[in-house]
Amino acid sequence: MVTDEDRARNVRKRYASERRFKGYGLLAIALALGALAWLVISIVSTGYTAFVQTRVQLEIHFDPQVIDPSGTRDIAVLRKADYAALYRNSIRGQFTEVTGRRDKRALSRLVSSGADLELRAMVLSNPEIIGTRAKVWLTASDEVDQFHKGAFSRKSPEAERQFKDKHIAWYDKLVENGQVEAQFNDTLFTAGTSREPELAGIWGAIVGSFWTMMVTLLLSFPIGVSTAVYLQEFAPKNRWTDIIEVNINNLAAVPSIVYGLLGLAVFLNFFGLPRSAPLVGGMVLALMTLPTIIIATRAALSAVPPSIREAALGVGASKQQMVLHHVLPLALPGIMTGTIIGMAQALGETAPLLMIGMVAFIVDIPGGPMSASTVLPVQIFLWSDLPERAFVERTSAAILVLLGFLVVMNFIAVLLRKRFERRW
Amino acid sequence: MDTVVTEPNAAALAETNAMIVARDVNVFYGDKQALFGVNLDIPENQVTALIGPSGCGKSTFLRCLNRMNDVIDVCRVEGTIKIEGQDVYDPALDVVQLRARVGMVFQKPNPFPKSIYDNIAYGPRIHGIVTSKAELDEIVHSSLEKSGLLKEVEDRLDEPGTGLSGGQQQRLCIARAIAVSPDVILMDEPCSALDPIATARIEELIENLREKYTIVIVTHSMQQAARVSQRTAFFHLGNLVEVDDTEQMFTNPRDERTQGYITGRYG
Amino acid sequence: MPVKPQAGDHIVKSYDEELEHLNNDIIKMGGLTEAQIARSIESVVRRDPDLATRVIADDELVDELNYKIDIQTTRLLALRQPMALDLRHIVAALKISADLERIADYAANISKRAITLSSAAPVPPVHSIPRMSRMAQQMVKDVLDAFIARDVDKAIAVWHSDETLDNMYTSLFREALTYMIEDPRSISMCTHLLFIAKNIERIGDHVTNIAETIYFLVHGDRMREARPKGGEVEHLSLSFPSVREGDAKE
Repeated sequence: MVTDEDRARNVRKRYASERRFKGYGLLAIALALGALAWLVISIVSTGYTAFVQTRVQLEIHFDPQVIDPSGTRDIAVLRKADYAALYRNSIRGQFTEVTGRRDKRALSRLVSSGADLELRAMVLSNPEIIGTRAKVWLTASDEVDQFHKGAFSRKSPEAERQFKDKHIAWYDKLVENGQVEAQFNDTLFTAGTSREPELAGIWGAIVGSFWTMMVTLLLSFPIGVSTAVYLQEFAPKNRWTDIIEVNINNLAAVPSIVYGLLGLAVFLNFFGLPRSAPLVGGMVLALMTLPTIIIATRAALSAVPPSIREAALGVGASKQQMVLHHVLPLALPGIMTGTIIGMAQALGETAPLLMIGMVAFIVDIPGGPMSASTVLPVQIFLWSDLPERAFVERTSAAILVLLGFLVVMNFIAVLLRKRFERRW
Repeated sequence: MDTVVTEPNAAALAETNAMIVARDVNVFYGDKQALFGVNLDIPENQVTALIGPSGCGKSTFLRCLNRMNDVIDVCRVEGTIKIEGQDVYDPALDVVQLRARVGMVFQKPNPFPKSIYDNIAYGPRIHGIVTSKAELDEIVHSSLEKSGLLKEVEDRLDEPGTGLSGGQQQRLCIARAIAVSPDVILMDEPCSALDPIATARIEELIENLREKYTIVIVTHSMQQAARVSQRTAFFHLGNLVEVDDTEQMFTNPRDERTQGYITGRYG
Repeated sequence: MPVKPQAGDHIVKSYDEELEHLNNDIIKMGGLTEAQIARSIESVVRRDPDLATRVIADDELVDELNYKIDIQTTRLLALRQPMALDLRHIVAALKISADLERIADYAANISKRAITLSSAAPVPPVHSIPRMSRMAQQMVKDVLDAFIARDVDKAIAVWHSDETLDNMYTSLFREALTYMIEDPRSISMCTHLLFIAKNIERIGDHVTNIAETIYFLVHGDRMREARPKGGEVEHLSLSFPSVREGDAKE
């Protein structure tokens, strides 16, 4: 006999169980969000400083004697001039008390070694400035940059740092004069990689990623969608198509590095395509993305209700017309979502591209899919290995940029799906 | 099981000028047989109702007439079905053309997710029946008029077809079917998803349509079959048990099984 | 090919129950009607005006049942949408009920005449009446049995037996006429007797209606045979010898 007391107890137990269940759910969400927050915060905290670059302002005398002694304004001559002398002269002129070759060299090294290129660029774009004096903001060296950002303290033992106390003294002087400033680090977004952190940028990697993604998209989307359409709508249901289907599903689970090995063996060794080219990288990634697109497309196609297909056939459409006019347009949101997600995954791939050699140290911005280049995740991987302290923040900054792209791409996927979703 | 046919003797089976003539039709789904030796004549410009309990094969038979069973891989059809003397399963016959001549309306209204205009215009467009926009407009208008929908939607032809009520959607589907000028219209339980008023409208529409078209309707409702059809065929477990004038079938059927079904003695 | 009649077994049991209820009412009405016939003839033979009065009053019960059956059949038609056999059954019940009601009316009419007959001396032709009425009664019973059992052969047999009833009527007619010629004082009573006999004959006709309805119920078709028209009372004409003055006095 079930008494009222029993019933009441059962009800209480049930409530308690539901509360616990909700609690577990909330706990899981909290853990996931917590982990995510930790990740984002730690990356942001190390990387946000990379978005500014310390610059030193020096008064530069564009000495014609140094730049263009013969006064011909010949481009070849202008190119070859020793622009470093300009800023060396300027800073030595400012710190006249500094003597001795070592110290003088150290002084000049407060400015980035790439500053001469900056000056050259100024002269080449506007030769009129030869002969004039101007206050120019030049990129500071990475040590100045890091010290200015507080990456290491002046109180730390001198033996443990490269930036010695004398450097700090010069730096303080410059700061007093307002000659040191942290400005927006456009170099990060306009330059290719470099050995010097202050000159290093991710633009080369971004362009490389762009070309690679282009190739991936142009290869995987048409092939993937056509394959899925054929398998879903036209292929006869027999043992062969079953085998194909199983294999495609398995391919989606294959580790991406295997695709890299495949690319190395087939594309590079057998076909002899250029190493490190986005073309090859794109082909490898296309192979990797193909199963994702095929599976997503098939899911989208099978979600189109059979009543639409029957209606089309009933009115006298051929199978091809039915698929092209009715099924594909309705499946398009799902297909696009799957493609964008596949692309986002491909964007973040590193291992297969390492295998086919997109690790090269590419300073120049790649011109097209056949030029040697690298991609953003590989760039991050390479930077993370370099010793300079300044690369730490830049690596994190690059990670943030990559994450930004991925978030945007997924966001677009969600938007598209919401926009094109149709009720039927 | 014997089938009962209305023809006075079996010899007359061979000669008949009915619109649709089915002889010895057997249908298999894989190893399972769904229809056993069906012989049925569908007369022209009349409404023929197919009734019977669930799973009796009436829908299967209906779908043989426009070869919609082709989309089911495991389905195999034997026997002959001739529409206006032409064998429907002739390998030389173009299925697409067949389906333009034999239209179909389904149980659940299924307009395309396009505008009302495009729903109706789709068929004529793909069959290349029209050469100008004016002709297309004409076809769309007359189809809507024939299906009794024109007055309700003529000022909003660009709106999506899926925005109409259930009954209107079904009439839209009927308009879509007649836009390609078929000879036969097949209807698979067209009113089962509709309320009584919408159903009555469709029945009235069927009444009007039968002047120009031959209609075959599968229905679960015997009352509907009684109201709407001139000939009724009763299917049971894949056999055509009896086919008769509707009046006769519902006042004095000749087979016990028919009697049992229509009086609700067994399903 | 006649359809084998099926008992009950509708999937919806209440439908069966309602049809059975209808049948029971028909049986009840038939029983009442038979009793009315028997009692009315009894009131004639026994010359019992009190019994006759009660018979006339009890006709109301039959009318009541008739109305009840009307309501039931209308309800069944509206709510059950009967088809085929069920439809014919319900329509048959409606028609049979009407026929039974008419038969009971005739029984009441007989009783009315019984009251008149009881006030005067009995006339000999009255002896044939009970035999005729028993036959009519039996016909009513048989035809209702045939209805319940859906026994077409029995119905056809009843249908044929109306011929016998008609023949009985014809001979009674002759007998009465003859008697009336012999003894003109009996004309009034004999005329009443004739009307009573006519009523019984009409009862027989209504029974053939019921038989034809049963045929339609089972076969869904009309009976092809011609209605039995036994005897030709309508064509009967006796030539009367002219009454001479001398004969009457003797």
